[in-house]
Amino acid sequence: MPIDVLIVDDSAAIRKILQRVLLQAEVPLGQVVEAGDGVEALERLKETKVGLILSDINMPNMDGLALLSAVKADDALKPIPFIMVTTEGGSSKVMEAVNLGAIGYVKKPFTAEQIKDKLAGII
Amino acid sequence: MTHEKLSEMIQQATHDVFSTMLGIEVENGEPFIDEAAPSPAEGLLALVGLAGGWAGTGTIACSSSLARHLSSQLLMQDFQHVDEEVLDAMAEVANMIIGNVKTLIEDEIGPMGLSIPTVIYGRNFTARSVARSQWTVVPFRCGEETLHVHMCLVPSKETSVTHRHSAVLSLDNS
Repeated sequence: MPIDVLIVDDSAAIRKILQRVLLQAEVPLGQVVEAGDGVEALERLKETKVGLILSDINMPNMDGLALLSAVKADDALKPIPFIMVTTEGGSSKVMEAVNLGAIGYVKKPFTAEQIKDKLAGII
Repeated sequence: MTHEKLSEMIQQATHDVFSTMLGIEVENGEPFIDEAAPSPAEGLLALVGLAGGWAGTGTIACSSSLARHLSSQLLMQDFQHVDEEVLDAMAEVANMIIGNVKTLIEDEIGPMGLSIPTVIYGRNFTARSVARSQWTVVPFRCGEETLHVHMCLVPSKETSVTHRHSAVLSLDNS
Protein backbone atom coordinates (compact mmCIF):
# COMPACT_ATOMS: atom_id res chain seq x y z
CA MET A 1 0.00 0.00 0.00
CA PRO A 2 1.46 3.40 -0.97
CA ILE A 3 2.67 5.54 1.90
CA ASP A 4 2.42 9.34 2.00
CA VAL A 5 5.63 10.94 3.26
CA LEU A 6 6.49 14.36 4.67
CA ILE A 7 10.12 15.39 3.99
CA VAL A 8 11.34 18.30 6.10
CA ASP A 9 14.67 19.93 5.24
CA ASP A 10 15.72 23.51 4.55
CA SER A 11 17.73 22.23 1.59
CA ALA A 12 15.66 21.67 -1.54
CA ALA A 13 18.53 19.52 -2.79
CA ILE A 14 18.22 17.09 0.12
CA ARG A 15 14.42 16.95 -0.25
CA LYS A 16 14.89 15.99 -3.87
CA ILE A 17 17.60 13.42 -3.04
CA LEU A 18 15.51 11.83 -0.28
CA GLN A 19 12.60 11.45 -2.65
CA ARG A 20 14.88 9.75 -5.18
CA VAL A 21 16.44 7.53 -2.51
CA LEU A 22 12.99 6.42 -1.27
CA LEU A 23 12.21 5.28 -4.81
CA GLN A 24 15.59 3.54 -5.09
CA ALA A 25 14.84 1.80 -1.80
CA GLU A 26 11.61 0.54 -3.42
CA VAL A 27 9.41 2.28 -0.89
CA PRO A 28 5.82 2.25 -2.22
CA LEU A 29 5.51 6.03 -2.34
CA GLY A 30 2.18 7.78 -2.40
CA GLN A 31 2.08 11.55 -2.07
CA VAL A 32 5.34 13.27 -1.11
CA VAL A 33 4.85 16.49 0.83
CA GLU A 34 7.79 18.87 1.38
CA ALA A 35 8.50 21.50 4.03
CA GLY A 36 11.50 23.77 4.53
CA ASP A 37 11.32 23.99 8.33
CA GLY A 38 9.33 22.84 11.34
CA VAL A 39 6.75 25.60 11.13
CA GLU A 40 5.99 24.79 7.52
CA ALA A 41 5.90 21.08 8.37
CA LEU A 42 3.19 21.60 11.01
CA GLU A 43 1.17 23.57 8.45
CA ARG A 44 1.49 20.72 5.94
CA LEU A 45 0.43 18.21 8.61
CA LYS A 46 -2.80 20.17 9.16
CA GLU A 47 -3.59 19.82 5.45
CA THR A 48 -2.37 16.31 4.69
CA LYS A 49 -2.33 12.99 6.52
CA VAL A 50 1.02 11.27 6.09
CA GLY A 51 2.31 7.87 7.14
CA LEU A 52 5.95 8.85 7.66
CA ILE A 53 7.99 11.94 8.53
CA LEU A 54 11.66 12.33 7.55
CA SER A 55 13.19 15.45 9.07
CA ASP A 56 16.48 17.29 9.31
CA ILE A 57 17.52 18.79 12.68
CA ASN A 58 19.27 22.07 11.82
CA MET A 59 16.67 24.31 10.20
CA PRO A 60 15.62 27.93 10.57
CA ASN A 61 12.43 29.02 12.40
CA MET A 62 11.76 25.65 14.03
CA ASP A 63 14.35 22.88 14.11
CA GLY A 64 13.73 19.16 13.76
CA LEU A 65 13.83 18.41 17.48
CA ALA A 66 11.21 21.10 18.20
CA LEU A 67 9.10 19.70 15.35
CA LEU A 68 9.43 16.19 16.81
CA SER A 69 8.29 17.49 20.22
CA ALA A 70 5.30 19.22 18.65
CA VAL A 71 4.31 16.11 16.69
CA LYS A 72 4.57 13.85 19.73
CA ALA A 73 2.54 16.31 21.82
CA ASP A 74 -0.36 16.10 19.35
CA ASP A 75 -2.56 13.03 19.82
CA ALA A 76 -3.53 12.94 16.15
CA LEU A 77 0.06 13.18 14.88
CA LYS A 78 1.76 11.18 17.64
CA PRO A 79 1.51 7.75 15.92
CA ILE A 80 3.27 8.92 12.72
CA PRO A 81 6.73 7.29 12.51
CA PHE A 82 9.37 10.02 12.71
CA ILE A 83 12.92 9.52 11.40
CA MET A 84 15.72 12.06 11.71
CA VAL A 85 17.94 12.50 8.63
CA THR A 86 20.73 14.86 9.60
CA THR A 87 24.42 15.74 9.67
CA GLU A 88 24.14 15.97 13.46
CA GLY A 89 25.82 12.67 14.31
CA GLY A 90 26.80 13.41 17.91
CA SER A 91 25.52 10.94 20.51
CA SER A 92 23.81 13.70 22.51
CA LYS A 93 21.64 14.71 19.54
CA VAL A 94 20.83 11.07 18.74
CA MET A 95 19.81 10.43 22.36
CA GLU A 96 17.72 13.60 22.44
CA ALA A 97 15.88 12.59 19.26
CA VAL A 98 15.29 9.05 20.52
CA ASN A 99 14.10 10.32 23.91
CA LEU A 100 11.65 12.64 22.17
CA GLY A 101 10.19 9.72 20.23
CA ALA A 102 12.10 9.39 16.95
CA ILE A 103 12.10 5.78 15.79
CA GLY A 104 15.19 6.14 13.62
CA TYR A 105 18.20 8.29 12.95
CA VAL A 106 20.02 8.45 9.61
CA LYS A 107 23.24 10.40 9.35
CA LYS A 108 24.09 12.36 6.19
CA PRO A 109 25.70 11.28 3.95
CA PHE A 110 23.37 8.33 3.51
CA THR A 111 22.79 5.53 1.04
CA ALA A 112 19.52 4.11 -0.24
CA GLU A 113 20.31 0.93 1.71
CA GLN A 114 20.58 2.84 4.98
CA ILE A 115 17.22 4.49 4.38
CA LYS A 116 15.71 1.14 3.44
CA ASP A 117 17.07 -0.46 6.62
CA LYS A 118 15.53 2.25 8.78
CA LEU A 119 12.19 1.84 7.07
CA ALA A 120 12.17 -1.95 7.47
CA GLY A 121 9.39 -2.82 9.84
CA ILE A 122 7.63 0.50 9.35
CA ILE A 123 6.43 -0.04 5.82
CA MET B 1 43.43 19.88 18.19
CA THR B 2 46.46 19.72 15.93
CA HIS B 3 46.56 20.77 12.28
CA GLU B 4 47.45 17.19 11.28
CA LYS B 5 44.57 15.65 13.23
CA LEU B 6 42.08 18.18 11.86
CA SER B 7 43.36 17.58 8.31
CA GLU B 8 42.81 13.83 8.70
CA MET B 9 39.25 14.40 9.90
CA ILE B 10 38.53 16.73 6.99
CA GLN B 11 39.88 14.15 4.55
CA GLN B 12 37.80 11.38 6.12
CA ALA B 13 34.60 13.45 6.07
CA THR B 14 35.15 14.75 2.53
CA HIS B 15 35.85 11.31 1.07
CA ASP B 16 32.77 9.97 2.86
CA VAL B 17 30.49 12.68 1.45
CA PHE B 18 31.93 12.51 -2.06
CA SER B 19 31.82 8.73 -2.38
CA THR B 20 28.38 8.29 -0.77
CA MET B 21 26.41 11.26 -2.07
CA LEU B 22 28.24 12.33 -5.23
CA GLY B 23 29.64 9.06 -6.53
CA ILE B 24 33.03 10.74 -7.01
CA GLU B 25 36.42 9.74 -5.65
CA VAL B 26 38.62 12.73 -4.88
CA GLU B 27 42.39 12.76 -4.53
CA ASN B 28 44.01 14.25 -1.42
CA GLY B 29 46.25 17.26 -1.85
CA GLU B 30 48.84 18.35 0.70
CA PRO B 31 47.19 20.09 3.68
CA PHE B 32 48.68 23.41 4.77
CA ILE B 33 48.16 26.24 7.23
CA ASP B 34 47.04 29.66 6.03
CA GLU B 35 46.95 32.86 8.03
CA ALA B 36 44.21 34.34 5.87
CA ALA B 37 40.59 33.37 5.44
CA PRO B 38 39.63 31.57 2.23
CA SER B 39 39.26 33.94 -0.70
CA PRO B 40 39.00 32.44 -4.15
CA ALA B 41 39.21 35.03 -6.91
CA GLU B 42 36.23 33.54 -8.65
CA GLY B 43 33.72 30.89 -7.82
CA LEU B 44 31.82 29.74 -4.84
CA LEU B 45 32.42 29.76 -1.11
CA ALA B 46 30.09 27.94 1.31
CA LEU B 47 30.50 28.66 5.03
CA VAL B 48 29.23 26.85 8.12
CA GLY B 49 29.75 28.21 11.63
CA LEU B 50 30.64 26.10 14.66
CA ALA B 51 30.04 27.13 18.26
CA GLY B 52 30.46 25.55 21.68
CA GLY B 53 33.46 24.89 23.90
CA TRP B 54 35.39 25.51 20.73
CA ALA B 55 34.27 27.89 18.01
CA GLY B 56 35.12 28.58 14.42
CA THR B 57 34.15 28.22 10.82
CA GLY B 58 34.39 25.62 8.11
CA THR B 59 34.20 26.41 4.42
CA ILE B 60 34.41 24.76 1.04
CA ALA B 61 35.64 26.76 -1.95
CA CYS B 62 35.76 25.87 -5.63
CA SER B 63 35.29 27.23 -9.13
CA SER B 64 31.83 27.71 -10.57
CA SER B 65 32.43 24.91 -13.08
CA LEU B 66 33.33 22.46 -10.31
CA ALA B 67 30.30 23.62 -8.31
CA ARG B 68 28.08 22.89 -11.33
CA HIS B 69 29.69 19.47 -11.78
CA LEU B 70 29.28 18.51 -8.13
CA SER B 71 25.67 19.72 -8.12
CA SER B 72 24.99 17.67 -11.25
CA GLN B 73 26.34 14.58 -9.53
CA LEU B 74 24.33 15.24 -6.37
CA LEU B 75 21.02 16.01 -8.06
CA MET B 76 21.47 13.92 -11.21
CA GLN B 77 20.71 16.73 -13.61
CA ASP B 78 22.80 19.09 -15.73
CA PHE B 79 23.47 22.68 -14.78
CA GLN B 80 24.63 25.15 -17.43
CA HIS B 81 24.78 28.04 -14.96
CA VAL B 82 25.21 28.56 -11.25
CA ASP B 83 21.60 28.98 -10.17
CA GLU B 84 19.62 28.63 -6.94
CA GLU B 85 19.74 24.85 -7.13
CA VAL B 86 23.54 24.83 -7.47
CA LEU B 87 23.91 27.21 -4.53
CA ASP B 88 21.56 25.07 -2.46
CA ALA B 89 23.38 21.88 -3.41
CA MET B 90 26.79 23.34 -2.53
CA ALA B 91 25.44 24.62 0.78
CA GLU B 92 24.38 21.07 1.56
CA VAL B 93 27.74 19.62 0.50
CA ALA B 94 29.43 22.08 2.90
CA ASN B 95 26.91 21.24 5.60
CA MET B 96 27.61 17.52 5.27
CA ILE B 97 31.42 17.84 5.16
CA ILE B 98 31.73 20.33 8.03
CA GLY B 99 28.96 18.56 9.96
CA ASN B 100 30.79 15.26 9.75
CA VAL B 101 34.08 16.88 10.78
CA LYS B 102 32.22 18.37 13.72
CA THR B 103 30.94 14.91 14.74
CA LEU B 104 34.49 13.52 14.60
CA ILE B 105 35.89 16.46 16.59
CA GLU B 106 33.19 16.25 19.25
CA ASP B 107 34.63 12.97 20.49
CA GLU B 108 37.70 14.92 21.56
CA ILE B 109 36.53 18.42 22.45
CA GLY B 110 32.87 18.10 23.35
CA PRO B 111 29.57 19.10 21.73
CA MET B 112 29.31 21.99 19.32
CA GLY B 113 26.44 23.58 17.44
CA LEU B 114 26.31 23.95 13.67
CA SER B 115 24.97 26.99 11.89
CA ILE B 116 22.79 27.08 8.78
CA PRO B 117 25.17 27.27 5.76
CA THR B 118 25.80 30.50 3.84
CA VAL B 119 26.93 30.53 0.22
CA ILE B 120 28.78 33.34 -1.56
CA TYR B 121 29.12 33.27 -5.31
CA GLY B 122 30.72 35.80 -7.63
CA ARG B 123 34.00 37.22 -8.87
CA ASN B 124 36.80 39.06 -7.11
CA PHE B 125 35.41 38.60 -3.63
CA THR B 126 37.31 38.49 -0.38
CA ALA B 127 36.37 36.73 2.84
CA ARG B 128 37.91 37.95 6.05
CA SER B 129 37.75 36.48 9.53
CA VAL B 130 37.68 38.88 12.45
CA ALA B 131 39.34 36.27 14.65
CA ARG B 132 43.12 36.11 14.47
CA SER B 133 43.53 32.42 13.91
CA GLN B 134 45.20 30.02 11.57
CA TRP B 135 43.20 28.11 8.99
CA THR B 136 43.78 24.45 8.23
CA VAL B 137 43.42 24.13 4.47
CA VAL B 138 42.92 20.75 2.83
CA PRO B 139 42.89 20.58 -0.99
CA PHE B 140 41.17 17.82 -2.96
CA ARG B 141 41.78 17.15 -6.63
CA CYS B 142 38.60 16.42 -8.53
CA GLY B 143 39.48 15.78 -12.17
CA GLU B 144 41.28 18.87 -13.43
CA GLU B 145 39.96 21.08 -10.67
CA THR B 146 40.53 21.56 -6.96
CA LEU B 147 38.15 21.90 -4.04
CA HIS B 148 39.54 23.45 -0.86
CA VAL B 149 38.15 22.76 2.59
CA HIS B 150 39.19 25.36 5.18
CA MET B 151 38.67 25.14 8.91
CA CYS B 152 39.48 27.54 11.68
CA LEU B 153 38.78 26.27 15.19
CA VAL B 154 39.93 27.56 18.56
CA PRO B 155 38.84 27.15 22.19
CA SER B 156 36.10 29.68 22.91
CA LYS B 157 38.01 31.24 25.82
CA GLU B 158 40.77 32.20 23.39
CA THR B 159 38.45 34.12 21.10
CA SER B 160 38.73 37.71 22.21
CA VAL B 161 36.16 38.42 19.57
CA THR B 162 33.56 35.77 18.82
CA HIS B 163 34.39 34.11 15.52
CA ARG B 164 32.66 36.10 12.90
CA HIS B 165 33.19 36.39 9.23
CA SER B 166 32.82 39.56 7.31
CA ALA B 167 32.63 38.70 3.69
CA VAL B 168 32.96 41.41 1.12
CA LEU B 169 31.49 40.47 -2.19
CA SER B 170 32.44 42.61 -5.14
CA LEU B 171 31.19 41.61 -8.52
CA ASP B 172 33.24 42.23 -11.60
CA ASN B 173 30.79 43.27 -14.28
CA SER B 174 33.28 42.98 -17.08
